[in-house]
Amino acid sequence: MSLPQATRTSSATGWGPGFLAKLVLIALVDAFGVFAALAAWNEGSYGILAATLALLAVANWVYFSKQALPLKYILPGLVFLLVYQIYVVAYTGYVAFTNYGDGHNSTKEDAIEALLVQNERRVEGSPSSPLTVVADGDALGFAIVDEDGDVLAGTADRPLEQVDGATVESGRATGVPGFDVLDRVQVLERQQEVTALRVPVSDDPEDGSVRTQDARTGYVFLSSLEYDEAADTLTDTTTGTVYRPDGEGRFAADDGTTLAVGWRVNVGADNFVTAFADDRYAGPFLRILLWTFVFAIVSVASTFLLGLFLAITFNDARVRGRKIYRTLLILPYAIPGFLAALLWSGLLNRSFGFVNQVLLGGAAIPWLTDPWLSKLSVLGVNLWLGFPYMFLICTGALQSLSSDVLEAAKIDGAGRWRTWRSITLPLLLISTAPLLISSFAFNFNNFTLIYMLTGGGPRFADASVPLGHTDILISMVYSISGIDGSAPKNYGLASALSIVIFVVVATISAVAFRRTRSLEEIS
Amino acid sequence: MRRSILLAAAMASTLALAACAGGTDEPADGDASPAPAGETLTIWVDETRQAAVETAAATFEEENDVDVELVLKNFEDIRPDFLAQVPTGEGPDITVGAHDWLGELLSAGVVAPIELGDLADSFEPVSVAAFTQDGQVYGLPYAVENIALIRNTALAAEAPATWADAIAAGQAAGTKYPVLIQTGTEGDPYTFYPLQTSFGAPVFKQNADGSYTPELALGGDSGTAFATWLAEQGKAGVLSTDITYDIAVEAFKNGESPFIVGGPWMLEQFADLDLAIDPIPAAGSQPAQPFVGVQGFYVSAQSENALLANDFLVNYMATPEAQLALYEAGNRPPALIEAADTASEDPVTAGFREVGAEAVPMPSIPEMGSVWAFWGVTEANIISGAAEPAAAWEKMVSDIQGAIG
Repeated sequence: MSLPQATRTSSATGWGPGFLAKLVLIALVDAFGVFAALAAWNEGSYGILAATLALLAVANWVYFSKQALPLKYILPGLVFLLVYQIYVVAYTGYVAFTNYGDGHNSTKEDAIEALLVQNERRVEGSPSSPLTVVADGDALGFAIVDEDGDVLAGTADRPLEQVDGATVESGRATGVPGFDVLDRVQVLERQQEVTALRVPVSDDPEDGSVRTQDARTGYVFLSSLEYDEAADTLTDTTTGTVYRPDGEGRFAADDGTTLAVGWRVNVGADNFVTAFADDRYAGPFLRILLWTFVFAIVSVASTFLLGLFLAITFNDARVRGRKIYRTLLILPYAIPGFLAALLWSGLLNRSFGFVNQVLLGGAAIPWLTDPWLSKLSVLGVNLWLGFPYMFLICTGALQSLSSDVLEAAKIDGAGRWRTWRSITLPLLLISTAPLLISSFAFNFNNFTLIYMLTGGGPRFADASVPLGHTDILISMVYSISGIDGSAPKNYGLASALSIVIFVVVATISAVAFRRTRSLEEIS
Repeated sequence: MRRSILLAAAMASTLALAACAGGTDEPADGDASPAPAGETLTIWVDETRQAAVETAAATFEEENDVDVELVLKNFEDIRPDFLAQVPTGEGPDITVGAHDWLGELLSAGVVAPIELGDLADSFEPVSVAAFTQDGQVYGLPYAVENIALIRNTALAAEAPATWADAIAAGQAAGTKYPVLIQTGTEGDPYTFYPLQTSFGAPVFKQNADGSYTPELALGGDSGTAFATWLAEQGKAGVLSTDITYDIAVEAFKNGESPFIVGGPWMLEQFADLDLAIDPIPAAGSQPAQPFVGVQGFYVSAQSENALLANDFLVNYMATPEAQLALYEAGNRPPALIEAADTASEDPVTAGFREVGAEAVPMPSIPEMGSVWAFWGVTEANIISGAAEPAAAWEKMVSDIQGAIG
């Protein structure tokens, strides 16, 4: 910033090659942005449209303004943060307050539409008639050939009437006086109108109306449910029962019966209440929460201590073949985690696993199916998976320790243990503490290991929900969301629990990072 | 020289628009070939069905001047994705699916009815019934699948009449396992269902017309009898939670048992064996009825091409050629009677079809979704001896009732 203003050639102002290059790049960004905005406009996604336009405006301002130098560097990162992190967290937060899940899948309009379609029945014993799509001016209509070979035609406003002088070829009307016959291409162009068209059979609505699904065959349908838009009620025309929205995303009659299709509504904090107060969830939730903490803390501690021990051992110049040992130790780290977990679940199988069959000479130890042993197995496998990472970090940190300090300690007469405890470990922790915290956050949500190794099992014998002894919070969320098909879907509850996990991890990380600052004062 | 930000931004945007405009001009000049009707029918399929649907789609494209786009997906992903994407308008027009999804798809409002008309009579009755809810048909069936007892004729010459006969025949054959039935630590209630029905404990009560009510029927004395039997068999070593699907198939392939309870999807692995397909022997006093699963195609409730979608399914996929092509791709007996008759020339397919005629459709009511998670694990725990049969079974019934609400 010591350069005088006049000599600072900024790409924001001059006509130099830098500015032109920038112009072209921003033009590309704008092109993409305008394309995205138009696409959003066509789809009617106004939220995305507004966000795109806002981001475009900000991008243009940042890169053509002279004042926003720092933003020029961080804007791309910020945009991705916004799209991939903040939006996802915000959307999860939104879902947590809705009843999104089985039976509450979409909007109210979709639900009404689905209910009406589901309650439209073909009139029993009515014939299937060869059908032709015709047009009377702009209005579409159907021409059908009845069982006697007569041609009947009509539109939505004009009930079916016999038409004289129509031509019929191979059982289908091909020319209808007073109507234009549409060919296949014209029918396809207006296919949504065709499938929505109902041509009344007669003036009496009780006789039903003709509709078609493939523009080739017509059937007589009768609707048993009617929607009254003004009153916002659905009426069953056969029984006269009136269904009203019940405020929980369903249509309900006065006697409490509900219609099958519901929609998504805001349910306030119900999902959080369910997680903590519902008898079926509360007990398992607390046990799983406790185990999640135990699992994450023990995993971090065990991997760190083993990694540190090995790092110190192999950092000693007296050990021969250190390079080979170090390479071998990193091997578990090189195998993809999910694959390793899957391998271990095979190795630990009670009757066919390598561990029982070969190492323990045919013992039948239930490594993965006993509540306590399965916890031990999970921790053991995670130790095997995690120590190379800690070993790498600690080796790097140990090698970067200055020998002056250690020498000074020696001169001061500090013993080996004293040096390690008062000099090496604190210095080591300065560089590794943030990694330990992130390792904790990672293990807190280590879904892959649990899912692949035990699947959360063995089940709690005394709980009434499908959760098990090795389930951690994130695998509990997965079970409850029902994506695997083993339980009814409940995205609302699953999102609420995700938010709880987020709060826990964020709080612990924030507190821990604050505490590590005190470590830095040592150096 | 100083320009405003607005001017620079305007220049960038103009440049961008100019580039776009240049692009749109070109096809107007030189494109002489007739444009297709512009409609694209999107179909979700999985790997085993892709080739077969492709053939039918090619004919459809040619005759109707439309594009058919096949999207390949994992079969397990189709149900959640269909539920999530149809309401957003991003879903397909047609998807492949299983009939037991119907209850959930209906309560989410994402499927549209299909009027089969007179065509309904040319399908196996059980296949249309499976896709029917409240008098309306919601899917075009193409395959019927069920499990049966697969017998290695080299090890057992005759079909066993009862479970005890099967065990006796298996022990007489001197193989490692008398009977193979996949279990695993999570249990396999689908494969165990015929044994359960032989004790008279179906999962839900059925109406007179065969449709299911949401009233649980697997408890009571008959349920307890089944649970006790499971514990006995587990103790005797006939049933074991160590036997997973892979282990069972591998063992049968190696001739380690004369019998395996399984479906047509296993047959590829047993190509070298001489097989016979028998009804599953009853363990209780009533007939052993396995579940029938029907595979078919659903039309999305939000499809903008409903007309094309229905036309394609009713007039192009319900043909013997299309159904036989699907049969050859997946080995599952076709749902169209004419195609099934052709496929039944193979005695193994005929055997499965015969067993299927006595079977019951898997319930497709939404309540079924609450059953699986408790059912299998309880069976597995009873077999392994970890749980006391009667109490565990009773707790399972009350847990399921609690989940249903």
